[in-house]
Amino acid sequence: MTCRQGKLRLQKWYITRELVQTVLARKPKMCSFLEWRDLKIVYKRYASLYFCCAIEDQDNELITLEIIHRYVELLDKYFGSVCELDIIFNFEKAYFILDEFLLGGEVQETSKKNVLKAIEQADLLQEKTETISVLSNIKS
Amino acid sequence: MLNRKGRRWGADACVVGFSGGGVGAEFGDPLRERMVVPSLKLQDLIEEIRGAKTQAQEREVIQKECAHIRASFRDGDPVHRHRQLAKLLYVHMLGYPAHFGQMECLKLIASSRFTDKRVGYLGAMLLLDERHDAHLLITNSIKNDLSQGIQPVQGLALCTLSTMGSAEMCRDLAPEVEKLLLQPSPYVRKKAILTAVHMIRKVPELSSVFLPPCAQLLHERHHGILLGTITLITELCERSPAALRHFRKVVPQLVHILRTLVTMGYSTEHSISGVSDPFLQVQILRLLRILGRNHEESSETMNDLLAQVATNTDTSRNAGNAVLFETVLTIMDIRSAAGLRVLAVNILGRFLLNSDRNIRYVALTSLLRLVQSDHSAVQRHRPTVVECLRETDASLSRRALELSLALVNSSNVRAMMQELQAFLESCPPDLRADCASGILLAAERFAPTKRWHIDTILHVLTTAGTHVRDDAVANLTQLIGGAQELHAYSVRRLYNALAEDISQQPLVQVAAWCIGEYGDLLLAGNCEEIEPLQVDEEEVLALLEKVLQSHMSLPATRGYALTALMKLSTRLCGDNNRIRQVVSIYGSCLDVELQQRAVEYDTLFRKYDHMRAAILEKMPLVERDGPQADEEAKESKEAAQLSEAAPVPTEPQASQLLDLLDLLDGASGDVQHPPPLDPSPGGALIHLLDLPCVPPPPAPIPDLKVFEREGVQLNLSFIRPPENPALLLITVTATNFSEGDVTHFICQAAVPKSLQLQLQAPSGNTVPARGGLPITQLFRILNPNKAPLRLKLRLTYDHFHQSVQEIFEVNNLPVESWQ
Repeated sequence: MTCRQGKLRLQKWYITRELVQTVLARKPKMCSFLEWRDLKIVYKRYASLYFCCAIEDQDNELITLEIIHRYVELLDKYFGSVCELDIIFNFEKAYFILDEFLLGGEVQETSKKNVLKAIEQADLLQEKTETISVLSNIKS
Repeated sequence: MLNRKGRRWGADACVVGFSGGGVGAEFGDPLRERMVVPSLKLQDLIEEIRGAKTQAQEREVIQKECAHIRASFRDGDPVHRHRQLAKLLYVHMLGYPAHFGQMECLKLIASSRFTDKRVGYLGAMLLLDERHDAHLLITNSIKNDLSQGIQPVQGLALCTLSTMGSAEMCRDLAPEVEKLLLQPSPYVRKKAILTAVHMIRKVPELSSVFLPPCAQLLHERHHGILLGTITLITELCERSPAALRHFRKVVPQLVHILRTLVTMGYSTEHSISGVSDPFLQVQILRLLRILGRNHEESSETMNDLLAQVATNTDTSRNAGNAVLFETVLTIMDIRSAAGLRVLAVNILGRFLLNSDRNIRYVALTSLLRLVQSDHSAVQRHRPTVVECLRETDASLSRRALELSLALVNSSNVRAMMQELQAFLESCPPDLRADCASGILLAAERFAPTKRWHIDTILHVLTTAGTHVRDDAVANLTQLIGGAQELHAYSVRRLYNALAEDISQQPLVQVAAWCIGEYGDLLLAGNCEEIEPLQVDEEEVLALLEKVLQSHMSLPATRGYALTALMKLSTRLCGDNNRIRQVVSIYGSCLDVELQQRAVEYDTLFRKYDHMRAAILEKMPLVERDGPQADEEAKESKEAAQLSEAAPVPTEPQASQLLDLLDLLDGASGDVQHPPPLDPSPGGALIHLLDLPCVPPPPAPIPDLKVFEREGVQLNLSFIRPPENPALLLITVTATNFSEGDVTHFICQAAVPKSLQLQLQAPSGNTVPARGGLPITQLFRILNPNKAPLRLKLRLTYDHFHQSVQEIFEVNNLPVESWQ
């Protein structure tokens, strides 16, 4: 299972562009699933963002909706009432959060608390190393 | 929880402050040298890009920035490298090239700073993959980072490895990952497990490395580890039957874990809407499905649990329904008890009534998969399925359509067809074709009566005529042709439909054909099944002419109309001037096909008028099988085989024919019994009629008068079609210029053994007095060896109240008839 967020992770630009256009063409009252090439696409719209997930034939669409929702919840908790701009200006953070929730396309952690804790620890470590390097630069 | 909103990269602020914000190149200053050009902060760049009003402007901004980034990479500025790469990654996300950042990823990953590693690894995941040789170079860094024991760093390394790790990398690093499976920290272990999943996908042989630890891992209580382990086991089982057999023994353990989750509300930390860790539940159910498939014992072990989950899961929110859905999938795939299967189908039936259309969607999809194997269980939900036809969402109504079609059987066909036809009238255009052909197919299989069948097809043609498949026309003409008792009914209904709308081509074609064939019934005006309608000849002709002239009519349709007009010349009572006029007009039509027909018909009027009735008689029922038969049926130029006027007595004829043959020298045997039905008579007449139109025609063989007695004459005319030199067509024409009618006229023939003779049924057996309509009959003779032709004829008829019999050999047969 691979997860592609609305405007992020555009690994293969031309393919994803077509997919994005297909998703954007969907009317609001339609169901969250569509077939695209030989994949099933699950998407959900939150305000101005579309979150799309490509799954295989045997995967469960309904649980995929839960996965998308969990990810949005994580973003929301991290940024505090997340909006699109947050994600645009902190795109690398969005990636880091995703990488604590999914790994290699599979769910790695089902506890919201644990995911957020892991990010927090990484952010702390980053701050620590930056402070150290600044201090060392000043000294030299 | 710290609020990260608007927080910028801490290092940037310090560095900028340190450099004093110098702008422009200034040599000589050791501090300034490091920052020849001030680099934008990531968020400033993003703002600038978003500020661009046009695509061209955006490109300009990005190109400028990329030039700076390139320069910075060249200069090898380690301090800002991570920021430069971050900007590059953003730009890459927008679709611009970023390959020149690949090596920078390596440098950042190799750095000891966490900030660098974070961005470097992200860059590796976004920019590097197996196609680039550079990707192998990070293997060493990953190896180092995995062994350093700093958890966030290990996390980064594992994440990257499981995203872009190539087969080679996986082989190299498998031992490291294996070690991490058993490390104390669950944070690292859960990631290591999922990395192992990726490694097995890339290098299946590594299964042997990662299979053994699974048993122990399954005893863990940490959800992340459990989840990863079950995913790993699933992957192993899917790849290897041996692994599958091996892991069947953990079924009881899996059952236990799931039961605990379901009953004890394992931990609120993992619950969603009152359902305990639905992610884990779903994953366990999936593994159970794989293990229970085709295996009685395992299936039995999980039966109770599945029933429990199916009945106890809270279905008020999506999370619960997701678990329920997976349960249903598992029940249907393993060897479950019948009662459990019915329960599963009923759950799907309930899903169909759910207000959430996503739930209805998965229900329809699943029911579609089950409709063959569990047909009667799915049938119970037919009314609900039919309701779903009214869905506004096309992907739902499509599935509802497929499922509805699959549920049609002989007992519900009338009701279902009503629903489906209503659907056809209002469904979105992309579903029309499937709906139309589905209805036609179902009608074919389950039609309770022929009339119902005809009505159904008619309705489809009027509603969705442009969407039906090509063979619908042929099928309908076949169907109507075969239902003799419904000819009057069919032609009336088709006439009415045509009068209303001449745009739907398949309908027009069938209607034209029918009117041509059964025009006489149309005008007769009496049909109990519909209201009597007075149609007069002029109206009918006018309608057909309208079709001919309409710009909406396809060339094929025009062909049908023209042929129908032609047929009506023998069905209608009035004079044929109008028809003849139309026919001659189309003789100069630009469309070659139409022109050819028109010319042929015109010739039929002018030179072969005596044959016209025979040629245009009602068609026999064509055999259903080959498309070839259908085409010839459409041609409608066969000599009548089912003519009511001349019952052909085959028995006595055969014996008399033998007598006839005895009279010829050495001409016994090789008796051709006059066939009541010629399978491809059309061919002969086509050749006959082709003659005037095919340039250049061979010199025609002169006719031969072979018999005369008291005003009754017999004439032979010969044709040898140029494309088949072995074939000789003889038309025998019996004329009567006497004062008395000739009745019960029968003509028989015999030829030498080396030739093959086929007699077609005569156009009639009465020749009225004083030059009344002659009888014509066609003989087909195959003479591949060009043997000399000899022909013996036997005539019997009544004339002047006397029986006449004449037997004679034809003399003076022209040599061109056989050489």
